[in-house]
Amino acid sequence: MTEPRPRIAVVVFPGSNDDRDAALAFERLGAEPVLVWHGDASLPDVAAVALPGGFSYGDYLRCGAIARFAPVMDAVQRFAAGGGLVLGICNGFQVLCEAGLLPGVLRPNATLSFVCRDVPLRVERTDTPFTARAERGQRLTIPVKHGEGCYFADEELLARLDANGQVALRYEDNPNGSVADIAGVVNETGNVFGLMPHPEHAVDPLLGSSDGALVLGSLVDAARERMLAAA
Amino acid sequence: MRATVLIRPKPGILDPQGEAVQTSLRRLGFPVGDTRVGRVVDLELDNGEPEQAREELERMCRQLLANPLIESYEITVAE
Repeated sequence: MTEPRPRIAVVVFPGSNDDRDAALAFERLGAEPVLVWHGDASLPDVAAVALPGGFSYGDYLRCGAIARFAPVMDAVQRFAAGGGLVLGICNGFQVLCEAGLLPGVLRPNATLSFVCRDVPLRVERTDTPFTARAERGQRLTIPVKHGEGCYFADEELLARLDANGQVALRYEDNPNGSVADIAGVVNETGNVFGLMPHPEHAVDPLLGSSDGALVLGSLVDAARERMLAAA
Repeated sequence: MRATVLIRPKPGILDPQGEAVQTSLRRLGFPVGDTRVGRVVDLELDNGEPEQAREELERMCRQLLANPLIESYEITVAE
């Protein structure tokens, strides 16, 4: 018997460009992706929501600053507040930070160069719905491609993130100047996760790595559990 | 009425853009020191009451124009 496919929303902003890759990756990993337009005021019946990479609203002002006022974001806020699983990749991570769903902010890379390459990452937490398939300390290879991925949190916030164990992924070879090598963070309740690397571009060995499947597959597992629990 | 909002990276925040501008200016022979790059937003307001306008601009800054984690802002209202 095949396992039931949980529905996962992939939000499409004007300027999103990794939405279809994310949808394809979710499909391959056993989910049913549902593309949701940014102008929609509500979310369809889904077990998780993903905000994809890209350049929403041209990244005017600050990356993610305008996208967070998209009509669908009110629904995403409510979904997250109710404990719903929300994943933000790259631009999606920037949107979640600007929206206050995740702590911190993403700034221009310290080198000012756009970086586009595979980077090694270290898994710091495996007790989240986004990393459960990985092992603590496991080294993952997942590509980054961004000009503004330098994660910043002031000392006070950084101490809080450490105390709460909110840093789920760290760079082993920091490509952008992020403080404390932070590549991905979860919120305090662990149901919202954002990361700069692109797991959706690393789900097939043909593309050099399938480590991204550990991240997205973890989310598919968690979404399926929630779907079955709700049924 | 017209207003200007000046947004700057907070002191201590790494400003790679400012560093790149500084390097270029030095290459041109200008012996500049610490250089920071911010952003200017010029806008027109329907509000005719300066106090109210200022209060509204404060809210604009907090909600959208600046990110308080990394940026400070300065509001000027032309009266």
